Amino acid sequence: MQSLSNRSKVVTKKEMSFMERIYLPAIFGGMAITIKHFFKKKATINYPEVKRDFSEVYRGKHVLKRDENGAERCTACGLCAVSCPAEAITMVAGERKAGEEKLYREEKYAVTYEINMLRCIFCGLCEEACPKEAIFLTDELVPTDFKRGEFIYGKNKLVEPLDNRVDISKRQTQAVLDFKKNKLLTHNRL
Amino acid sequence: MFTPALIYIFILIVVIFSVTLVIAMYSTYAERKVAGFLQDRLGPNRAGPFGILQPVADGVKMFMKEEIIPDVSNKWLFILGPSVAMATCLMTSAVIPFGSGLTIGGTFYPMQVADVNIGILYVFGVVSIGVYGIMIGGWASNNKYSLLGALRASSQMISYEVAMGLSIIALVMMTGTLSVREIAAGQPGGHWNVLYQPLGFLIFIICAFAETNRAPFDLPECETELVGGYHTEYSSMKLGFYLFAEYINMFISAAVISTLYFGGYNMPFIGRFITDPNTLSLVGTAFLFGKIFFFIFFFMWVRWTIPRFRYDQLMNLGWKGLIPLAILNIFLTGLGMWFFGKVG
Repeated sequence: MQSLSNRSKVVTKKEMSFMERIYLPAIFGGMAITIKHFFKKKATINYPEVKRDFSEVYRGKHVLKRDENGAERCTACGLCAVSCPAEAITMVAGERKAGEEKLYREEKYAVTYEINMLRCIFCGLCEEACPKEAIFLTDELVPTDFKRGEFIYGKNKLVEPLDNRVDISKRQTQAVLDFKKNKLLTHNRL
Repeated sequence: MFTPALIYIFILIVVIFSVTLVIAMYSTYAERKVAGFLQDRLGPNRAGPFGILQPVADGVKMFMKEEIIPDVSNKWLFILGPSVAMATCLMTSAVIPFGSGLTIGGTFYPMQVADVNIGILYVFGVVSIGVYGIMIGGWASNNKYSLLGALRASSQMISYEVAMGLSIIALVMMTGTLSVREIAAGQPGGHWNVLYQPLGFLIFIICAFAETNRAPFDLPECETELVGGYHTEYSSMKLGFYLFAEYINMFISAAVISTLYFGGYNMPFIGRFITDPNTLSLVGTAFLFGKIFFFIFFFMWVRWTIPRFRYDQLMNLGWKGLIPLAILNIFLTGLGMWFFGKVG
């Protein structure tokens, strides 16, 4: 029968020659290979002491950024929650009261903002959807825990602390920033 | 009653015992390290510096494990199995000369527990009893995997003992003695037996791999087919005894190979630099252990290089390959001796 791909090969079981049948040359060849590996550089990384560098574009735990004055950037528009394919993000919006201008940048803000880290697939679509440059994925890991409830991260865990700003510049390269300024894209027009 | 000779022998036995056990203990560590290095890994390195305490941790683990004796097993034989395996492998070292000897206060003390004039026969006898440890253990477990493993072990060891014995016969023809001590003393300088008996050595070392149940002949405990082979049902220190016996066997095999074929405690040219006989003897012991360590490494090196034989291949190699070769080797040795006029 003609094969469809014309790539099939006829398998032959050919008689082994005398040198092949006494095995020893092949065994010594194999031993030469293994002894070479004995002196090779090892691939092991001694984990707790040495940590492997993350990729430049690693997407880890989220952060809710503040602006230069320390006010929260998030305006609870809900675009991140809508864009989330895993439906991990929920929020409750509230109106800013007088005297809270230092705390929230816009008149509307997120009273609660929760991400379920067990649902989250770390795709980064929330970051792409955000028109206010408020949510970013950092290069930190989500730590382990014993209870499912602990994985629902509220604002206490997500908003960056005032005294310990989170650096997100690693993935926010010039190309990414230019892309975000492109007004031809609908979500950049807000 | 307590003559100096008796006290000396007692001390020597204790020393050889502890050295054997320590070497077997650290062989487990070395095995894992070598395996790691040959596979581009680091091996155990957490317990102590470079993981040097790993065997201790393993030993503690073995002792703490629950001891299970299956209900359907034959309890006495189940306990007897690992005991026999351990006892026999420790017995072999009695006839191995670990050095030429020490002269203390004008008396000569050989560094060998028993200079039996049929030393090689003794080694073979004890090794043959070693089969019983595995056979009894596998049979008493009352488990089909154990039984299959034990069957394989016994048939494999019996088959390869034939070729091993035949390869030794050529050596005995040449040296004219069965005493291990005389064979070791009969290869001074660089006149190692391996130079005169290369084929015999090859057969012997292949059989040694099979006798110690190590890869590529580790069919009795072949985990891909037989779960754990003859020690499937064993746990705790009884399992530890079986595993430990394998490493002691490896040490003994390495010692026997170095003594019979690689000059034992002899080293070429060393006599020119050291004249004091006691120092010379101790240096010789160090050389012997160097050779032993090399062969232990060789055993591990082979294990992590060559895949396991299939059972029919194993039997083919033993009966159709090695035994005719060994007989040919005897014939060639006889021919050589006749040619060089060594026949009396």
